[in-house]
Amino acid sequence: MATVVQRPKLSLLERSYFPALLGGMWITIKHFFKMMAGQTKVTMQYPEQRWDSAMPEWYRGAPTLVRDEHGRERCVACQLCEFICPPRAIAIKPGELDAAGKWAKVEKYPEKFDIDMIRCIYCGLCEEVCPEQAIFLRKDYSITGLTRAEMVHDKAKLYELGGVMDGLVHKWNEKK
Amino acid sequence: MPSLDLLFQPEIFLTWTSALKTSVILGVVLTMVAYSVWAERKVSAFIQDRVGPNRVGWAGLIQPIADGVKLLLKENFVPAGVNKLYFSIAPSLAMIPAILVLAVLPFGSSLFGVPMVIADLNIGVLWVFAVSSLGVYGIVLAGWASNSKYPFLGGIRSSSQMISYELALGLSVIPVFMVVGTLNLGEIVRYQVENGWMVFPVWFSQGAGPLELTTDSGAMFGLNWEKILLWIPMMISFVVFMIAMFAETNRVPFDLPEAEQELVGGYHTEYSSMRFALFFLGEYAAMIAGAGVIVTLFLGGWSLPFVPDGAQGWFWGLVNIGTFFAKVAAIIFLFLWVRWTLPRFRFDQLMKLGWYVFFEVALINIFITAGILAFLKS
Repeated sequence: MATVVQRPKLSLLERSYFPALLGGMWITIKHFFKMMAGQTKVTMQYPEQRWDSAMPEWYRGAPTLVRDEHGRERCVACQLCEFICPPRAIAIKPGELDAAGKWAKVEKYPEKFDIDMIRCIYCGLCEEVCPEQAIFLRKDYSITGLTRAEMVHDKAKLYELGGVMDGLVHKWNEKK
Repeated sequence: MPSLDLLFQPEIFLTWTSALKTSVILGVVLTMVAYSVWAERKVSAFIQDRVGPNRVGWAGLIQPIADGVKLLLKENFVPAGVNKLYFSIAPSLAMIPAILVLAVLPFGSSLFGVPMVIADLNIGVLWVFAVSSLGVYGIVLAGWASNSKYPFLGGIRSSSQMISYELALGLSVIPVFMVVGTLNLGEIVRYQVENGWMVFPVWFSQGAGPLELTTDSGAMFGLNWEKILLWIPMMISFVVFMIAMFAETNRVPFDLPEAEQELVGGYHTEYSSMRFALFFLGEYAAMIAGAGVIVTLFLGGWSLPFVPDGAQGWFWGLVNIGTFFAKVAAIIFLFLWVRWTLPRFRFDQLMKLGWYVFFEVALINIFITAGILAFLKS
């Protein structure tokens, strides 16, 4: 059934548009003067002011690698993150740990660990899949560079961004 | 000092003072053009609760210079298939008429005895209308020479719009001339100094100046029947003229020639670099010239109640000039305020409004004024 919308009956004054025009002008000038007086606070001046303090703990920023409390790199170069990465942003070259070293039982470590930040989609699957809790999406969101090469985060950069995270994985620690 | 005497020979004096006035006013107005672009962005931002340009210089005050440099450095692209001659002269044709209008506007009373108007023509207002309507050629030529459909539509819209509103614009000021009795813009301002502004006629002044307030024969506030009767047609004239001026300068709500949502960029879609900038600046120069005409005809030009003119000393001469530009700035603010408030008219609404409403109102207003004047004379 068709709905018939009743058009409102407009008075002559309303049909002249003037009340509506002046009403609109009044609204805009109010906004203008409120802004002039500094009462309106909407815009954040981005590079100077940031929302970092309001960011939640679970924010999915740039993926990073972390070390544990012994300073050992957690990554064991299992390459699960490389395989699951949907845009194939991660490239790992595994290496073998020195048999005489303290952490020889871990056996493998990443010789090279590159994340191409142009490809990364910040999905967090690498963090989810990592059995060693070695890769985390931290709060860095402003990843910039002047060249493509600059946008590829290598191991050093990833550890610099990630820092240390203690606890969580204890299986490689000394037996008590 | 024979050389100095030579400077004050009447003809030579006229020549170099005119040249000086022209260059100063050109500099001032072009600066105002640049900064009205800045003001446009700032006002629009404030109205929309944004911040606006605030990076280049304090509060973004150097932004116009940065924009100018950017536009100069960009490639001046000429698309294939355009009519090269018309394509390249169109931007200048849009800019020049707006600047030529300034020649007859009295922007001050006098400074050191030199009248502050570049050309004191007896046909001042006719000059304004004749020259300012040439501005449409720039837009029409740009639209046609671009050989592209959207600019073409913009050009067509512009020509029909300007023709419709030219009539209302011209007819709406006739009551002013009937009251004042001259087309000379300087004389119109003088009349308003003595009898109060056209839209606010509440004071008399026999001479001019606050000094005479102390004497009995001097300036005073007041109204009489004559003024109240003439106030009505003047207000009608003012409103019609103002609205026709919006249409004439292609400002919202009548900016159909460059309706971005429908016509990409309108008549200047195919333009780039400094040619585009000329259109942009021409629009703002036309706005400033239009505001100057409104101020001169209806808002008392350079006069303020009970402020003496330049004959009382150079300080008051400068005050008068400042007053004029302050009033122009206020009108420009109104233009900007309206732009960021009102939606655009549809094309048929625009035509209807021009031909069915403003044309008639302006025409009837002439007869009302004539009737009032005849009644007052008898």
